[in-house]
Amino acid sequence: MKSHWEILVVDDEEVMRESLAAWLKEDGYRVETAASGREAIEKSRAKDYAIYFVDLKMPGGIDGIETMMQIRKLRRDASIIIITAYATVDTAIAAMKEGAQEYIVKPCNLEEISLLVTRIIKVRTLQRENEMLKKRLRKTYSLNDIISKNPRMQEIFRLIEDVANLRSTVLIQGESGTGKELIARAIHSSSDRADQPFVGVSCAALAETLLESELFGYEKGAFTGAASQKKGKFEQADRGTIFLDEIGDISPKLQMDLLRVLQERSFYRVGGSEEIRVDVRVIAATNVNLQEAVREGRFRDDLFYRLNVINIRIPPLRERLEDIPLLARYFIERLSVEVGKDVEDISEDALQLLLTHSWPGNVRELENSIERALVTSRSRLLTRPDFSFLAKEVEDQDPFSIPAVTLQELEKQAIESAIKRTRGNIKEAAAQLGIERSTLYDKIKKYEIARS
Amino acid sequence: MSLIYLVTVGNVEEGVLDFLQLGLADAFGLRVRCLDPLPDPSYAFDPKRHQYSSVALMHELMKVCPGPDVRVLGVTERDLFIPVLSFVFGQAQLNGPLSVVSLARLHQEFYQFAADSRLLEERALKESMHELGHTFGLVHCPEKSCPMSLATNIRQLDLKRSAWCVSCEILLEEALVE
Repeated sequence: MKSHWEILVVDDEEVMRESLAAWLKEDGYRVETAASGREAIEKSRAKDYAIYFVDLKMPGGIDGIETMMQIRKLRRDASIIIITAYATVDTAIAAMKEGAQEYIVKPCNLEEISLLVTRIIKVRTLQRENEMLKKRLRKTYSLNDIISKNPRMQEIFRLIEDVANLRSTVLIQGESGTGKELIARAIHSSSDRADQPFVGVSCAALAETLLESELFGYEKGAFTGAASQKKGKFEQADRGTIFLDEIGDISPKLQMDLLRVLQERSFYRVGGSEEIRVDVRVIAATNVNLQEAVREGRFRDDLFYRLNVINIRIPPLRERLEDIPLLARYFIERLSVEVGKDVEDISEDALQLLLTHSWPGNVRELENSIERALVTSRSRLLTRPDFSFLAKEVEDQDPFSIPAVTLQELEKQAIESAIKRTRGNIKEAAAQLGIERSTLYDKIKKYEIARS
Repeated sequence: MSLIYLVTVGNVEEGVLDFLQLGLADAFGLRVRCLDPLPDPSYAFDPKRHQYSSVALMHELMKVCPGPDVRVLGVTERDLFIPVLSFVFGQAQLNGPLSVVSLARLHQEFYQFAADSRLLEERALKESMHELGHTFGLVHCPEKSCPMSLATNIRQLDLKRSAWCVSCEILLEEALVE
């Protein structure tokens, strides 16, 4: 439908302006007119037009070229056609140099103008379609800025939507940088609490006593420096969601206090005797293995079960390699604006490099790497040399160095690596590891390792 | 029921006007009447272009328009233009009462061929349907054989039929009901 597109005709001569506008209307477009460059700029400020027809010679200080330059400042992608009665090479060059898409000399024949408009509209339609498809694709693979086409992540997206409106506690587990807070925020913003507060607390960042007063607040005079009563995070999050990050790091006393809040939905401020009741949805997250911490007695099992009502385990980036191109392009689009670079895409060989990196820092590391590459890039395409710092990091790694992890973790990593190397071929992976296939199956089950 | 008024502007072959009167009545299902002829549009002549301004001609038509609910079609032998275009076969007010067609480029003689009065009449009818169609709110149609398609030259005009396409017929009926 042509009528979706609006055209602005700018000419100081009424006959010229209105007759062209009338003809374009007959062709099915919505048309507005402006009698001066100034009026055109104002109209363009208020609305984006698909095409601007601008007469070159206009009185009143702002001629066609100046008008075009001002419009282009406001609308970077505007399609501007300069119209002139006098065809000189100089004016044509000036118009094209300043960004006129076309230059027509009046009177031009009907065929010329019709083809010109049709061609520009065709390009605009394709641009719009492209934008729409990109948005649709992003919507398909994203939930509140979390982007993934990995089947396990897609399952998480579905789970988030299913549990959003429940009050049940959620435990999010995942390595550092996998986006645990984003998942928590997605749950909150998909829930009926979305317009209520989302309050985040990093439990590892504060000492036990500070964390206690941070979470539950304190009464005036509760301790030295408590000059007035202060509401804690639980009270601030009333009717909303509280996100307790790095929950695995809290002390036994706080574990007990938290258990009480989860059971009773009430607590006391530090130094207070009044019971405070809150309606808060608790989402906790950790990058440590809480089950193991429970087994080792470092984490209360009753608290673990209270927290682990709904469990979300975010896979690390190395287990969702298919997301790397998607995420890389998403970060390029978002960060290129932030760092002021006109970068549009990433080359195939650069993507190959990103796919071979192990990403111990997960999505956050990928985001930082894209930002670093954008800052140093000098072209509109990120290429392999822009990521030379990654290659260097790979070279720097001592192949025989053993990370400071438990023997079990090392075994898990060795199995994961063998499965990855053999692209999921269990027979081959078992052979490489020097163990029986049945043993490998047992270990895959034990460590909950993905087979693809 | 609405009426269509035909008005000649300067000398026009009588046969063409008769053909238009019958053809337009059939195409629009409306009564078609003739107004008193208007004189040659010398006021619209542009000496630089040796053509006549269709905008100036439309201003004159406005003066003889019998009312807001009717449609007026001016018919002239003069070659018409609007400033941005080298020529126009005709012009109309979208959803307005006025329209005009030029027969100048519809004659075979314009293209150095022998005169063909039948062909002239057919072309005049198709172009008149097109311009009057605009006055009923129809815009250019992508169907090349429909009178509402855009003809930028005489070959494209000859490809049209003097019958509406299904889509334009429906739109026209809706406009006529309104």
